[in-house]
Amino acid sequence: MSLSSSRNTRRTVQGLLILALVAFGAIVAGCGSDASGESGGKVQLVAYSTPQTAYEEGLEPAFNQTTEGEDIDFSNSFGASGDQSRAVEAGQPAGYVNFALETDVTRLVDAGLVSKDWQKNRYKGIVTNSVVSIVTRPGNPEGVKSFQDIIDKGLDVVTPNPFTSGGARWNIMAIYGAAIHEGKTPDQALESVKQILSQAPVQPASARDALQAFIGGAGDVLISYENEAIAAQNAGEDVDYVIPDSTILIEQPAAVTVDAPKSATDFLDFLWSDAGQKIWAEQGYRPVNKSLVDPSVYPTPKDEFTIAEFGGWDKVADEFFDDQTGSVAEIEKELGVSTEG
Amino acid sequence: MAVSRPRAGLRLPGAEAAMTKGLVVTYLSLIVLIPLAAIAAKAFSAGPAEFWDTITQPQAIAALKLTAICSLIVVLINAVMGTLIAWVLVRDDFPGKAIVNSVIDLPFALPTIVASLTLLTLYGNDSFLGIHAAYTRFAVIIALLFVTLPFVVRAVQPLLLSLDRDMESAAESLGAGKVRIFTRIILPNLLPGIAAGVALAFARALGEFGALVLISGNVPYKTEVASVFIRGQIESDQVVGAAAVSVVLLVFSMCMLAFVNLIQKWGLRHDR
Repeated sequence: MSLSSSRNTRRTVQGLLILALVAFGAIVAGCGSDASGESGGKVQLVAYSTPQTAYEEGLEPAFNQTTEGEDIDFSNSFGASGDQSRAVEAGQPAGYVNFALETDVTRLVDAGLVSKDWQKNRYKGIVTNSVVSIVTRPGNPEGVKSFQDIIDKGLDVVTPNPFTSGGARWNIMAIYGAAIHEGKTPDQALESVKQILSQAPVQPASARDALQAFIGGAGDVLISYENEAIAAQNAGEDVDYVIPDSTILIEQPAAVTVDAPKSATDFLDFLWSDAGQKIWAEQGYRPVNKSLVDPSVYPTPKDEFTIAEFGGWDKVADEFFDDQTGSVAEIEKELGVSTEG
Repeated sequence: MAVSRPRAGLRLPGAEAAMTKGLVVTYLSLIVLIPLAAIAAKAFSAGPAEFWDTITQPQAIAALKLTAICSLIVVLINAVMGTLIAWVLVRDDFPGKAIVNSVIDLPFALPTIVASLTLLTLYGNDSFLGIHAAYTRFAVIIALLFVTLPFVVRAVQPLLLSLDRDMESAAESLGAGKVRIFTRIILPNLLPGIAAGVALAFARALGEFGALVLISGNVPYKTEVASVFIRGQIESDQVVGAAAVSVVLLVFSMCMLAFVNLIQKWGLRHDR
């Protein structure tokens, strides 16, 4: 290698190094500085994925029509409920949050990001309701009316994996509660849950994946939220749904964070207003304001129960869904051992 | 993958060499080493006993077993089929070869969740092929085969291209048969590539999530793979558990890498 070419090499290497360092520094700086100015005219919305359409096509435009909501911009983030909650806990900026499960708000209360008093309002922190329903093939060919029917008829059922999908825990509690209300003991009710899970050839990771699997032909019935069933029908999917006489009322919580701008609080107030609740109803959700529930669209199940009956989500999460000691973990274990091969 | 001792060739002079090393170490630390160390630290943050309890709980064992066995089957198939594909692409000529050659890399480009969705329409209950493989362990293997296809092919191809064909002619003129030429001359030369491809494919298969999540069924103890189990741990706020199972996957990968290194050493010795 001649002297001059060696010098050239040296110069090139120096140049490349400087370039690399500069580029690297720029990347780090670019990623680090988050351009999230705390302007009062913005609502940073972080929510679970299901109500995305409701927000983007119904609620947010309607809020912009009100005097408080004029000129308010939204930055929206949608994803799996637990992931969204963990992201906010880890620092994702959020003003208004809406999750599928109360425990996802509790996580933020524990982190000091949401006020302890978030449930001290007219609707106890719940912004919408739904019920656990049974989605069937068109015309309900199996004539399913209750969770017990799924067991009696030995149908293949699709329900999400209760460990990967926090929202799927409503399904389990609906089955459990309905069995209790039939007069079964807690052990017998767990046996019903076990029986239904044993008839599940697939336990998709999320409620949306479950709907996808069902539409793709898996299972005779799908256990899902009423609002998911309505959304599927609105999207043109050929499915019907049945609301069992005995089922659980799904309560979907919302809150503002402690340092949220006034716009976020205004937005939440709007969601609770009659105008806001009517839009929720148009989007497939049951209003929390009972006087606005249209019984022809949203008939109240004869025997509707809530999670409070079983001690609330904090207790239920421990008793039923602890990944090692919870009764559902036990059930999956028994099922796994009996069929492992 | 065989990292040999630096020999003759371009060497950076003193100051630049130090700077380059510094840059490389900083970069590797930020991108790989610190995150991996953080995962390991997290996994052991509750003590070794807790770590052991987590990875030996039956659901974790079932998921790890399923993942490891399926991944092994997948890399074995890859080792054979990948080499065969590379062979055809290098040694044979046929119309559309360039297209086939570029198709090999497409599984890399496709978001894995789309792969999962596509496989679901092909092998799901509404399959127009009439193959109902979705939600079975077989589906796990199919999905993994799809996403790991390029590794062995791309590792073997350059070796085949640079393989000195005179060796084969010489062997032939000395009376060696086709099988003998393949097993004594070609295969030993390809072995490092196959091994490297297998190691990468194995690591990828162990950690795969997106391609499996829709099609594997996710039924605990039956069709729940390790990555989906880890997803469940995270959803249950068991971050330590998630990290612990991830560490086991990392150890599996490292074992495979060590094994591959052995094979490569054996291959190099064979070279002389």
